[in-house]
Amino acid sequence: MEIIEHYLYTKEHEWISIEDNVGTIGITDYAQSALGDITYAELPGVDKDVEQFEQLLSVESVKSASDIFSPISGKVIEVNDDLVDDPSILNRYCYDKGWIVKVEISDMDETSNLLTADEYRNYLSSLDRNDGGADSSEE
Amino acid sequence: MNLIFEGSVSGRQGVKLPSSDVPVKIKLPSQYLRSKAAELPEVSELDVVRHFTRLSQRNFSVDANFYPLGSCTMKYNPKFTEKVAGMMGFADLHPLLPQLQGGEKYAQGALEVLYECERWLCEITGMNAYTMQPLAGAHGELTGIMLMAAYHKAKGNTHKKVVIVPDSAHGTNPASAAVAGYSIVAVPSDKRGVMDLDKLKAVLNDEVAGLMMTCPDTHGVFNPQIDEIARLIHSVDGIMYYDGANLNAILGRARPGDLGFDVVHLNLHKTFATPHGGGGPGSGPVGVGEKLEPFLPVSRVVKRESGEYALNYDYPHSIGYIASFYGAFGIILRAYAYMLILGREGLKQTADHAVLNANYLLHKIKPYYQVAFDRVCMHECLFSASKQADNGVHAIDIAKFLIDRNIHPPTVYFPLTVKEAIMVEPTETESKATMDEFASVMAEASALAKSSPESFKDFPLRMPISRPDEVRAAREMNVNFFDRPNARG
Amino acid sequence: MNPYIANTFEDVRAMLSTIGVRSIDDLFVDIQPRHAPHSFDLPEGLSEFEVVRQLNGLSLKNMVGPVPFIGGGYYDHYVPAACQALISRGEFYTAYTPYQPECAQGTLQALFEFQSSVCTLTGMEVANASLYEGGTALYEAMMMALRITHRNKIVIDAGVNPIYRKIIQSYTHSLNIQFVEVAVIHGQADRRAIDQVIDDKTAAVILQNPNFFGAIDDHSDIAAKVHTCGALLIESVYPVALGILKTPAEMGADIVTGEGQSLGLSLNFGGPYLGLIAARKKYIRQMPGRIVGETVDQQGRRCFVNTLQAREQHIRREKATSNICTNVALCATQASIFMALLGKEGLKDLAQLNLDKAEFLKEEISKIKGVEVKKFSPTFNEFTVCLPRDANIVIEKMMALGFAAGFPLGRYYEGMNNYLLVAVTEKRSKQEMLAYAQALAEVLKI
Repeated sequence: MEIIEHYLYTKEHEWISIEDNVGTIGITDYAQSALGDITYAELPGVDKDVEQFEQLLSVESVKSASDIFSPISGKVIEVNDDLVDDPSILNRYCYDKGWIVKVEISDMDETSNLLTADEYRNYLSSLDRNDGGADSSEE
Repeated sequence: MNLIFEGSVSGRQGVKLPSSDVPVKIKLPSQYLRSKAAELPEVSELDVVRHFTRLSQRNFSVDANFYPLGSCTMKYNPKFTEKVAGMMGFADLHPLLPQLQGGEKYAQGALEVLYECERWLCEITGMNAYTMQPLAGAHGELTGIMLMAAYHKAKGNTHKKVVIVPDSAHGTNPASAAVAGYSIVAVPSDKRGVMDLDKLKAVLNDEVAGLMMTCPDTHGVFNPQIDEIARLIHSVDGIMYYDGANLNAILGRARPGDLGFDVVHLNLHKTFATPHGGGGPGSGPVGVGEKLEPFLPVSRVVKRESGEYALNYDYPHSIGYIASFYGAFGIILRAYAYMLILGREGLKQTADHAVLNANYLLHKIKPYYQVAFDRVCMHECLFSASKQADNGVHAIDIAKFLIDRNIHPPTVYFPLTVKEAIMVEPTETESKATMDEFASVMAEASALAKSSPESFKDFPLRMPISRPDEVRAAREMNVNFFDRPNARG
Repeated sequence: MNPYIANTFEDVRAMLSTIGVRSIDDLFVDIQPRHAPHSFDLPEGLSEFEVVRQLNGLSLKNMVGPVPFIGGGYYDHYVPAACQALISRGEFYTAYTPYQPECAQGTLQALFEFQSSVCTLTGMEVANASLYEGGTALYEAMMMALRITHRNKIVIDAGVNPIYRKIIQSYTHSLNIQFVEVAVIHGQADRRAIDQVIDDKTAAVILQNPNFFGAIDDHSDIAAKVHTCGALLIESVYPVALGILKTPAEMGADIVTGEGQSLGLSLNFGGPYLGLIAARKKYIRQMPGRIVGETVDQQGRRCFVNTLQAREQHIRREKATSNICTNVALCATQASIFMALLGKEGLKDLAQLNLDKAEFLKEEISKIKGVEVKKFSPTFNEFTVCLPRDANIVIEKMMALGFAAGFPLGRYYEGMNNYLLVAVTEKRSKQEMLAYAQALAEVLKI
């Protein structure tokens, strides 16, 4: 699983890359692989206000629909319209061309609630260990 | 295979219309007319018959294939019920006729069918009254939830906001409750496959409007604590909702009304052998106990003292119209005919043999697949392909293998509570020989999953098509022959 | 004996021994004595012959019925024999929802063709694989408009079938939706009144063509106004009439619904019927129910699958666009067969025939003293008649003379007790219509 060192992560497998007070948000390699071929991304409108860990958008694959949560609070200032025409970008280039939205961050302190690349890597390996134990659902 | 539009030849027509016998030919002003004719195909009657006959040959069906699709009760559909539904006095009867002054007497036969069918269903399920109007199971669910809401409203229970649904429920349950404005709380199952009573108690409070439950549940298990669950829900003035998807298992053995349920929906296309038709029409009558009866939709069929049947709209607490007329009458009629032929004993035998068949398959298949809940099952048995999945062969791959053996696959990946779920419902109408053959094909699949897991990726090989590219379908959205930017030709 | 159970006594014994129990009762251990039915008092089963005889008896009680001149959205059209014969094939009749596309191409392709036919009929870009019936389809269209616009006001013309309006009312009375009903003027949608009530909170305006009074209209001007407000236009249609009438797409409709019964389905005393819904492509994700899409298999062969399933209840559960699971696939297939049999020219001719015949009866009725046929606008195969007395009384008397004379508009419209809605289809002969007019004249004389 590819992980970008200077990005921050959530346990729901979103990433955020921060430059000044603007955060670029996407889903991780783990997420895109778990979702399978993504067929549609229901993008939020520009100017939408979001809270940290609140639902930001949803993506669909053939037989699932999954919510994507915002790693941070703020206002959506730009969405990646290319995803509308070709959602497969999310599978192919999840960390760069597959960015989903840019958010003007309202509270920089919230970054302390996010995982560093190392922490996220450890978190993923803990998931692998548990895999196959508990009942899982398709959702 | 060609689309019917692709065989269109200008000048052909598949049906001869009567010629006009009136001396009138109206030309409407052009502002009201379409600018060009609809591009319907121009084909002869034989063209149509051959096209659709060939299409039909690309389907599996109960008539031709073992179809153990769990939770769908794909039992045999007796042929005579179609003959009954086609009788002219039923098929050509206009639904508005009994609503006209003096019109009721020309629909007595049809009204009697509705009335009597309602009486039968009341006795079978232990309810007080039915509305036959809902047009499918999910429609019945929505109706049932609306009745629940009407009850709480009438009682001033304004704080009721939550409907409890077990995690093993059909997706329609939470969807129906949500459409009616309730929020959903899911309660997990315990190790035996039934609702975890402690977890239920933990979420039980005054906000609970009701609980929706399939019984036996989608794990194929009858919850012996069902009466305790009903007591708990009733202790907060909640409504017990019975999803009748699995009624086939308990006909004559238990009745939802006696178990403490206040409202039930049935699926006539499951339990009462009406055709599934490639996905409908269904029929989802809703039965209620005393508590909810005042709220039933109108119209209702009543029997006057004179013995005549009539439509009555005079129920001040009714939730109103939930469909245009009296339900999927043609389907109700088929179900009624089926009940008449089975009678009391036949209905009970139905449940007995449905459960016997499922337990037989459970034992025949158990050596090869992990059993989800190792106990006596009801009308369906639930396996997991997790052993096979370790080898890279998933439930869906086994399904595709079965297709090549002319068997319709069981339900896979449902319920969501079981990994790699394979849900098998043989129904009472299948023979031991058919089930033996199925079990041996399942064993073969398991052996092949060990010896040659990679071979599964290509199954099915013997069908008119191989596995379709569903991702492409979802991305391109070509759903209309006349509007296909990428796909023409 | 139960003819639908194959297990013999020997089979049962062998199966029980495999399972390792002594009797079938042992399999029902979880159902404890306290769960036993309090009663199960049902008659003994009958033979097939006896059931057929009994139900034929009930059918005959309906058979002596009057000649139908009732419509109200449900019409007595002829159903070609091939329709019934083809959908009776067990491969269509006893299949289920096409979950496994490799062994369900028959149903899937039939539904794709159905969707395409509905699209060309209405002029819309996308249609689904059917809903339950016309009334609930209109409710679903309205919910679609609320989701698309995120607004909560619905403007509905009183010319929309009152049965549909009643259904919408029951489904929505607990939801936060503002309804504005606009009365018709001269039998048609009231432009000025609609214009006054639509605003930036309006999600949709709902119209019907021909409307419940039978009047044909062109709603293009209303569509333009509706769109200026950012609202959607929902049109409820009568598919046979679309053989000639301006399509909802040509008028600018965003969502179209209809009752598909007239497309080769018997009246069946109210069902099963066929709900049609079609829309602009950009709204496809908000469309409820099953949708069949075209794709290719591993060898690149064209094939069909259920698509966009992520909108549906079995995936989204409480977040689904609708709770709908079943559609009416068999009825949709039947309609598809009907449309293929009639074809491009046939549907046009059928529509024209209905129009001409209705016009003939209209003229005949106009000749009766004291009767006024409303002629504000052209009509299709149904029209409104103003009688010199209560329509219910006239209907009852006509019934005794062998005619179901029409639908009393007073049942749903205040102040219209003397109004009768009369329908004619291609099945009504000139003789029947002349006899009808004569009977009506006699009834009114007395």
